[in-house]
Amino acid sequence: MAKAAKFELTDDSVVVIVGTGAGGGVLANELAQKGVKVVALEAGGRYLPEDYVNDEWESFGQLAWVDPRTTSGDWRVAKDFSGLPAWIVKAVGGTSIHWAGASLRFQDHEWKALSTYGPVEGASLLDWPIDAAEMAPWYDKAEAKLGVTGVGGRARLPGNNNYKVFEKGALALGYKDVHTGNMAINSADYDDRMACQQTGFCFQGCKWGAKWSSAYTDIPRGEATGNLEVRDHAHVARILHDDSGKVTGVEYFDKDGNLQMQKARVVAVAGNSFESPRLLLNSHSSMFPDGLANSSGQVGRNYMRHTTGSVYATFEQPVKMWRGTTMAGIIRDEARHDPSRGFVGGYELETLSLGLPFMAAFLDPGGWGREFTTALDSYANMAGMWIVGEDMPQADNRVTLSNTEDKFGLKVANVNFSDHPNDVAMRNHAYKQGQAIYKAVGATRTLPTPPYPSTHNLGTNRMSERPEDGVVDRNGRAHDVPNLFVSDGSQFTTGAAENPTLTIVALAIRQADHIAKEMAAGNV
Amino acid sequence: MTRLNKQGLTRRALLSRAVAAGALAVAGPGFIAATDAAWAVEVTAISEHEMATLLQMARDIYPHDRVGDRFYAVAIKSYDVTEQKEMVAEGIAALDEAAKKAGFDNYLAAGWEDDRVAILRSIQDTPFFQTVRGGLVTGLYNQKDIWPIFGYEGESFSQGGYIDRGFDDIDWL
Ligand SMILES: Cc1cc2nc3c(=O)[nH]c(=O)nc-3n(C[C@H](O)[C@H](O)[C@H](O)COP(=O)(O)OP(=O)(O)OC[C@H]3O[C@@H](n4cnc5c(N)ncnc54)[C@H](O)[C@@H]3O)c2cc1C
Ligand code: SF4
Repeated sequence: MAKAAKFELTDDSVVVIVGTGAGGGVLANELAQKGVKVVALEAGGRYLPEDYVNDEWESFGQLAWVDPRTTSGDWRVAKDFSGLPAWIVKAVGGTSIHWAGASLRFQDHEWKALSTYGPVEGASLLDWPIDAAEMAPWYDKAEAKLGVTGVGGRARLPGNNNYKVFEKGALALGYKDVHTGNMAINSADYDDRMACQQTGFCFQGCKWGAKWSSAYTDIPRGEATGNLEVRDHAHVARILHDDSGKVTGVEYFDKDGNLQMQKARVVAVAGNSFESPRLLLNSHSSMFPDGLANSSGQVGRNYMRHTTGSVYATFEQPVKMWRGTTMAGIIRDEARHDPSRGFVGGYELETLSLGLPFMAAFLDPGGWGREFTTALDSYANMAGMWIVGEDMPQADNRVTLSNTEDKFGLKVANVNFSDHPNDVAMRNHAYKQGQAIYKAVGATRTLPTPPYPSTHNLGTNRMSERPEDGVVDRNGRAHDVPNLFVSDGSQFTTGAAENPTLTIVALAIRQADHIAKEMAAGNV
Repeated sequence: MTRLNKQGLTRRALLSRAVAAGALAVAGPGFIAATDAAWAVEVTAISEHEMATLLQMARDIYPHDRVGDRFYAVAIKSYDVTEQKEMVAEGIAALDEAAKKAGFDNYLAAGWEDDRVAILRSIQDTPFFQTVRGGLVTGLYNQKDIWPIFGYEGESFSQGGYIDRGFDDIDWL
């Protein structure tokens, strides 16, 4: 392996990428493979499969982003987890260490939510400036990179106990599109990664490397080219620009807390949907008093988190849902757009399991007494599923700067969120269906569980055709700043029903192609 | 019934005085212990009464009949420090006061869980209650030793996962 590159702070020929998760990690590698010099700055530390722990709270302590954030709005998370609006990772590899691996393409119509659903009161629906046909080849590349099962000739994973209960109930209800999913988890050895051993701690980092994460694939491969330098414990504080309005570099706090300045030819922001807008807002200047790339006033707006919730159920006999892949199967029948159900857009149902410690924390946050504990007494006899559906973008669901400061004295993100009536109608429909599925298999009790702190964070730097409607263009390039890009889920114009990461990865591969071409043509 | 209630002399209350003392014994200065001496907690900063009350409170918040007192004792042991002394003293005093209003000598004197839970409901929005409850979520359920009682198997990597150990062994469907 070639020695990883080291670039000078004064080297203004590099692309600086902020964050090394699903978006930033992939962009870094893709650019490095094309010969572009990249400095990737990551706020967290480096952890590899040998470091991951099969223990929920210990792993949380190792990987989770626990720097302060504040919350407002009427979502229950603001009450139960007021300082933890999202459950995401701060480490090289970002939340791709945590993720379950569900890798679904958007349905074709979901790229055109406004045209398909029509205007929805209170929602800021918009069509993406790109469509399914344009994205298809990038999805192909993303699926090949991640080794997604059920496509490209790769076999699906075997179903575990949790899946078998779910499948039986689903078929009893007449659902047809039911299977073990399209997962970025190897069902057989693939791309130097081994097959899943069904250990069941997918959220805590896959110790076998069977699940794709940029931490141990794209990052080291990018480094091996000699074109990528990853600096960990490097927290970017602000993006700098010159008098012409082009960005010139970033300031960051290094591992010793010292402020450094890295020059750049291009800056790409991929800090996940709270930190990316926070960074743009914190980068305000006399030229950009409302924050960088924010002439539209759209930075931070339209925060989406998917309409989620879980349904757990207890049975007469053991299920042992924790055994095997955490997200072991899917029902897709409800993902269609069918307003006769009382809402626009659709949702997926996917199996999910939590270990006992997390179940105690998330089953009914704040709940206590026998109603709560008798459910946990039946933990071994429990099955579980997660709802993930398209939520409505709303202008006031947004990330703003809070008055709270982090340890560097930087204003932290405040996350304001309230459900749209469409979200509530969808969740209630999904709760009903989820409970019916389990009752069809003899559930003795069903538990419609409220949403967890957000795992899917989208939309706060939305992509738009017209500069006044959003923050970035069809390539993720800021409408206002020609050499500034957004490379994570915050670009999402609308959320679709599908888990977002395959789309984040496909967009990052596509964006790398665009940036490399623009650099070669001398346009940035 | 109404008259008796006002005087704090419900049948349950009368019974409870006899019952409550049996569950925990103050085992010499600075200790509380199970009557069968299966476990004991040393009390240093807070009083035995406070520790015994916290223990009962923990059981009533997250009652699991197959989980022994010793696990709850571990979960609340961290309150027995000087920094928590004032918070605990005030919280338990308020809890005992709420118990008096409900017609019991104190919280521990209420012998039925239902009665104690009603007392807890009356204080459930206080910071004291929320602190104790919140602390138990990890203090109790993150004790590896209680996991087997719930059937949870914990770490599995060192055993090669469940690929050959029953990830799909369900046989009753
Ligand atoms: C438990 C869980 C399960 C999930 N399961 C799935 C799933 O099955 N399928 C799916 O599609 N998605 C899933 N997701 C979501 C998925 O993980 C995210 O969509 C994805 O990782 C987002 O990629 P990203 O690049 O936007 O951000 P991240 O992967 O979160 O990466 C952002 C990185 O930026 C760093 N950073 C932030 N700010 C700064 C700064 N100022 N300076 C330097 N670095 C910074 C962070 O530390 C972090 O490492 C799951 C998420 C969780 C939490
Ligand atoms: S179940 Fe499979 S994918 Fe999940 S952590 Fe274990 S080996 Fe990795």
